[in-house]
Amino acid sequence: MDISMAVGLMLGLLGLGAGIAMIAGIGPGIGEGNAVAKAVEAIGRQPESKGDVTSTLIMGCAIAETTGLYALIVAILLIFVAPGSFVGLLKDTVKELK
Amino acid sequence: MTDDHAPDVKSTRFRMIDYGCIAMMILPLVACMILKVLFTPASEGVHITGAMIYFEIPAPMMPIIISESQVNSWAVMISILGLCLYLTHGLTEKAVCKRQLAAEWIVEKCRKLVHDNMGDYFSAWSPFIAAIMGLSAFSSLSCLLGLYAPTSDVNITVGWAILVFFLIMYYKFRGGLWNYFVGLFKPIPFFAPINLIGEIATPVSMAFRHYGNVLSGAVISALIGPALGGLSKLVLGWLPGVLGEIPFLRIGIPAALSIYFDVFSGLMQAFIFAMLTMLNVSGAVPWDEWNARKEKRKARKTKLEKTAA
Repeated sequence: MDISMAVGLMLGLLGLGAGIAMIAGIGPGIGEGNAVAKAVEAIGRQPESKGDVTSTLIMGCAIAETTGLYALIVAILLIFVAPGSFVGLLKDTVKELK
Repeated sequence: MTDDHAPDVKSTRFRMIDYGCIAMMILPLVACMILKVLFTPASEGVHITGAMIYFEIPAPMMPIIISESQVNSWAVMISILGLCLYLTHGLTEKAVCKRQLAAEWIVEKCRKLVHDNMGDYFSAWSPFIAAIMGLSAFSSLSCLLGLYAPTSDVNITVGWAILVFFLIMYYKFRGGLWNYFVGLFKPIPFFAPINLIGEIATPVSMAFRHYGNVLSGAVISALIGPALGGLSKLVLGWLPGVLGEIPFLRIGIPAALSIYFDVFSGLMQAFIFAMLTMLNVSGAVPWDEWNARKEKRKARKTKLEKTAA
């Protein structure tokens, strides 16, 4: 197989992998939506507790975001870091085979 | 203090020390910017890379790497020290300088935060928590100066998380080593590996949360500029000559996005890192077992004294 084709295939698969990893973004989206909905309800019921609710909400949202951030890290690593090492590895193996 | 008199704010000596502190705040960051400019290779286009490696110290196992993030974080530390010296310079019992009021406000807020979240026993921890929060916040904000934010390097945040992990472990062992190991098998023995993973997951999630948020902000900021440039070329490309080359969409929009991605999320993560440190450490103390151990030790001591007498 041609080396350029193999590299192209690998880069394409890495891109696909990054895209699939970002499916995890659904989770924090739903979770934060729920949290904000409940916070709005709470503020509507007790407007005087707005400060406390808001600070707790922001804190909780940032923690709920974590799983999404993990996926984002995986995607970033797949797009920006993995190609360098994998393509180098592929070229080395092709050289050894020759 | 007996000989407490207001410092002569206008005197040359006072001013020289002030200027020294301000120089201590600014010069390390400027030095970092110059270092970065000297070491960045000339290139065009978007390049998203990790921290640059300034130099390597040869060591037996593997070379010790001094990277951009390490240098920047030391610069931020020196700069924070300069800020603290500036704020606390010329303290008096009755505040005369505005800076003393600022310093008092910071200290009071931090003490209140630590006391509210950690309880009475840990109320002496406010310097440590303030140090973590300040270092994290200023590290994340240093990307506004064009520096590589130290917190977008996983090594730095993992270092802090390991520190917090050791603190948590120290307080968990307060209840006795044996009690701790029995506690791992608590609900049913089958849960032991899950509990063990849970212990390790705390520092890992703390480190990756902070690092991921700052890094993703930096990557998005790096990508959005060229993307907006291309978009404005698409819109204005039909104009003749130089007019079509003006990337008008790059004016202002990246700055507005940077307020969220760099400033807000950086400060947010600093607050959350400090908050989680406080909650994890103060929640790690097994009070019942610790008190039982204390009483046991006391009883043994009195028994020994009785037998000796």
